[in-house]
Amino acid sequence: MFEQQFPIVFHSLNVGFLQTLKLFAVTLIGALPLGLIISFGSMSRFKPLSALTRTFVWIIRGTPLMLQLIIIYYGPGLLGNNWWGGGETGRFLASAIAFVINYACYFSEIYRGGIQGVPQGQREAGEVLGLTKAQIFFRVTLLQMIKRIVPPMSNEIITLVKDTSLARIISLQEIIWAGQSFLKGSQGISGIIWPLFFTGLYYLAFSGLLTILLARLEKKLDYFH
Amino acid sequence: MAILEVENLRKNFDKLEVLKGISFSLEKGEALSIIGSSGSGKTTLLRCMNFLEMPTSGRITVNTDAGAHVLFDGSRAKALTEAEIRKNRLHFGLVFQSFNLFPQYTALENVTLAPRLQAKTREDYKANSKAILKEINEHGLALLAQMGLADRADYHPHQLSGGQQQRVAIARALALEPDILCFDEPTSALDPELTGEVLKVIRGLAEKKTTMIIVTHEMGFAHDVSDNVIFMDGGVIVEQGPPSQVLENPREERTRQFLRGYGG
Repeated sequence: MFEQQFPIVFHSLNVGFLQTLKLFAVTLIGALPLGLIISFGSMSRFKPLSALTRTFVWIIRGTPLMLQLIIIYYGPGLLGNNWWGGGETGRFLASAIAFVINYACYFSEIYRGGIQGVPQGQREAGEVLGLTKAQIFFRVTLLQMIKRIVPPMSNEIITLVKDTSLARIISLQEIIWAGQSFLKGSQGISGIIWPLFFTGLYYLAFSGLLTILLARLEKKLDYFH
Repeated sequence: MAILEVENLRKNFDKLEVLKGISFSLEKGEALSIIGSSGSGKTTLLRCMNFLEMPTSGRITVNTDAGAHVLFDGSRAKALTEAEIRKNRLHFGLVFQSFNLFPQYTALENVTLAPRLQAKTREDYKANSKAILKEINEHGLALLAQMGLADRADYHPHQLSGGQQQRVAIARALALEPDILCFDEPTSALDPELTGEVLKVIRGLAEKKTTMIIVTHEMGFAHDVSDNVIFMDGGVIVEQGPPSQVLENPREERTRQFLRGYGG
């Protein structure tokens, strides 16, 4: 029995995991720069902008990502707009938007801590040496900021690996969805739960790989304090 | 003509007036010490000259061989642009109490960073970049050697003692060859045993007739090294003159009171 099921399940899980990885990658690519922009907004000396940004960050961080996924995916339909269509492409697009916005807000707070954590004296030292604002950012503060944000960022990135499973709620065909399909019945197999358990190994392997890579990055920045 | 003229300089932080009309001048090659208790405005004065704070009113003029440069004139309506402020700053070097070395760079890289960035704006940079960078590097090494740190050029700041870090910071400030080198309590963050090595370096600079303004709490050092001393209190200059006057025979009661606190 198992010998016949395994190749089918394995293939389905691989296809699902590819979707998981795609969502993970798109979220990082979108949220890393967007988070920086949001952090600049929340640090702005223009009060209305910083108040607006901080309120937005509060709403996104104060509500479940699962709820945000539901609102973004089903919301337009309620207003009579069939933005997403019925297919997997639409579900992925909606998931990606929800994840990018959500993670950008978390990242923005990490960036803010990193930027504000660089002592003011570093900027002043650059200023008295006649450096321009851009030179001070790129040559003086940026690397110190990166060093500060790598550990909390690593945490968020590992969390993101597992959070991608939340997209299951709008039926994105990621790995949890793929594992669950054999419970309900798919490709002539039904009522088996081990594929769902088996998905855990994928998450473990991937987060293990990321842990090693991120630790390496942290070590690379160890040459200064 | 005095290399630096400060006239009736004032600085307010909101309603609080920290500098209440400071006037003094500095001759080329002169070492001037500024003493006074915390909150007397001496650090603010130094920060105003380096444009880390924008003065509220008054005038700052620097006279070099190239002519007179009015760096700041409070009676002028237009605020200084970023570029003008940057240009102004190059007349001054500043050594901070807390060193503020860039931790990700080696001692030599700290010293050469600003000259390297500045060289990029030179017209002949593209054609001669190699030679220019080599010259900057050699100049940086020579400065570190002058600070007694020839063997520490490739160390990162966290691998150096506080005294060594401060000496790198002095080399960094000298690298741009400022007209006037300012020190903001350069030894206040150091252990007594490390204080000596930094003071020795500053003494050496005074012997070479480097124009300097030194905010300090080291009265003995101020006495030995300075041509003139300013005593500040409550945002005004209470007394100024040669150390033999201000530190040995002060005319003002407030100065005597302050010096008694140092057992002087």
